[in-house]
Amino acid sequence: MFRKITLAVVAAAFALSTSVGAIAEENKVGFIYVGPIGDHGWSYRHDVGRLAIEKALGDRVKTSFIESVKEGPDAERVIQQLASSGHNLIFTTSFGFMNPTLKVAKRFPKVKFEHATGYKRSDNLSTYSGRFYEGRYVAGVIAAKMTKSNVVGYVGSFPIPEVVRGINAFLLGARSINPKITIKVVWVSTWYDPGKEADAAKALIDQGADIITQHTDSPAPLQVAENRGVYGFGQASDNLHFAPKAQLTAIIDNWDSYYVSRARAMLDGTWKSQDVWGGFKDGMVSMAPFTNMPSDVSKLAAETQAAITSGKLHPFQGPIKDQEGKVRAEAGKVLDDGTLLGMNWYVEGVEGKLPQ
Amino acid sequence: MIRLEHRGQHSQTMLYLSPLLAVVLTLIFGTIVFAILGKDPLVALYTFFVMPLTNLHGVSELLVKATPLVLIGIGLSIGFRANVWNIGAEGQLTIGAIFGGGLAIYFHDSDSLFLLPGMIVAGIIGGMVWAAIPALLRTRFNANEILTSLMLSYVAVLFLSYLVHGPWRDPGGYNFPETRLFPDAGTLPTLISGTRVHLGGVFALLVVFSGWIILSKAVIGLQLRVVGLAPAAARFAGYNENKLIWFSLLLSGGLAGLAGLSEVSGTIGQLIPTISPGYGFTAIIVAFLGRLHPVGVLLSGLVLALTYLGGEMAQIEIGTPAAVTGLFQGALLFFLLACDVLTNYRLRIGATRAERGGVA
Repeated sequence: MFRKITLAVVAAAFALSTSVGAIAEENKVGFIYVGPIGDHGWSYRHDVGRLAIEKALGDRVKTSFIESVKEGPDAERVIQQLASSGHNLIFTTSFGFMNPTLKVAKRFPKVKFEHATGYKRSDNLSTYSGRFYEGRYVAGVIAAKMTKSNVVGYVGSFPIPEVVRGINAFLLGARSINPKITIKVVWVSTWYDPGKEADAAKALIDQGADIITQHTDSPAPLQVAENRGVYGFGQASDNLHFAPKAQLTAIIDNWDSYYVSRARAMLDGTWKSQDVWGGFKDGMVSMAPFTNMPSDVSKLAAETQAAITSGKLHPFQGPIKDQEGKVRAEAGKVLDDGTLLGMNWYVEGVEGKLPQ
Repeated sequence: MIRLEHRGQHSQTMLYLSPLLAVVLTLIFGTIVFAILGKDPLVALYTFFVMPLTNLHGVSELLVKATPLVLIGIGLSIGFRANVWNIGAEGQLTIGAIFGGGLAIYFHDSDSLFLLPGMIVAGIIGGMVWAAIPALLRTRFNANEILTSLMLSYVAVLFLSYLVHGPWRDPGGYNFPETRLFPDAGTLPTLISGTRVHLGGVFALLVVFSGWIILSKAVIGLQLRVVGLAPAAARFAGYNENKLIWFSLLLSGGLAGLAGLSEVSGTIGQLIPTISPGYGFTAIIVAFLGRLHPVGVLLSGLVLALTYLGGEMAQIEIGTPAAVTGLFQGALLFFLLACDVLTNYRLRIGATRAERGGVA
């Protein structure tokens, strides 16, 4: 009797596994996200990009995703699982996935990999990121016009170049209008933790900040700004519905067209390893509507954005001095991409020391 | 009125049956959840619990995931038996990784055969050092080790964060928060080529066996159990309670340190800001689910590891949300506790026997 049941179970398992295995023949695109797709920010925007692939390419590809993957030993397993379950193109969307992606890419030379915000590449591993600092500069300009206390509160995740670059761009934008502006930074050591992010925002407001901005993935700091009656910015995605009175604008990440083009290249056999760093000009970064501000400020913001898009203005245009007063860029010079990618110093006007 | 009434006598059979019953109840619960989510429950359960194990990659990853859980779980369960509540394994794991990994970073161009053994010893010492602090505070000042060990976890994680953001940052890494990659001589060898199964798995099995010997054969094992079950009897018998506290904490700390070292040198290959997705805390569930018995811990470590793998598989194949993993883990623990309660107590509806008898 027992043996019969065992046989039946084994048979059923085999039947199921062959039926599931049959799907592996089609083209599949996989994504891993560091946060939940409901974070209303970073991971949410990547998932919007994934859905754009489904919409644009329809039956030609199937997409799947794994959310809330921790940066650490788990990442390699998850990436490998995607690679070994028949995905031909895999997007890994957080900096901490870099080395795991590289390791799996070596093991699966036929699978194509795309890693967001990293710097290690190989024949089947591309990197891509957005020039979010362009949006930060515009936000800084708006903040300078809207602040009364001249103090901006900045909720930071980790002191990596990406985040430091955002802080510096914001301050350079703000100081182009009002040289008295300073920035206070609180590091929360996480990309997504609404509780911690909110606490940091509250502490910053208590220290006199009347503008809150953040480089973390949830709308919590913006919600705190709304409750406390100060201004804030959306991050990665338009968060106006969370803060109808507080959001001035939001820096929006647009991955849709990049993802669709890369998936199409994979299908057509034209995919090549590359490094893409797109900004306003490429449509990879854009701004949400300018709200809760007088029309002269929104006009100025729009002009700033247009100048960056056309290349007339570069956020990191000299003269730029660091905190110690050392000149990092002479007047008229622009910091090159290499310096921007490894940025580990604050510009003059950021309070506190960069954790080293 | 519904009340719980003590059964007086425990059923030994039920003690070991209740985890199995909890697993069965979790499966039934899962069927209902998947049905509500609009997924075919049979396919979903298959995807979750069987599919991860249908190929070598899946089985090997199960072992990789279970290794730290079992290593830590054994240490914790031995302490828990003596009512020594080390909640800070996460911190001890982290310090173990720092001690052992630090050696690999310092000797990054070494190809010495002694590097790896040195790292293993350093990892264990690191975990022990971190566990010695709550042990000292408990035996000297009677400070609650639950609080001190938990708080020290956060200190350890922040210390690691400081090191990888600062002094130990990879000089060629564009200021990103991670150290150099460990040299080959500082990497735990993989046991099966093409997989990530590393020597740490062997450590885990050895530890399961040693744990069983300690608890069932060694004098100190008996003392630990007596202290846990009948503290007054233990004092009467003249057991040195402080010695047992030190033993439990150093043992569980050392094993957590070993787990941390195995993770960084077996799977990650460098130090990064987060080296553990909460293994030190999950191992507490593992210890209880395994009835604080070494073999039980081994089995429950594998079951819990499977829930992680199954959760990922279900996301890829049938598009369930990541939260389903947590739902299963929570349901498992809930049903286990519920079964335990009903093993020790019976439900009474209405007045108790004493009240009915009208003794008053």
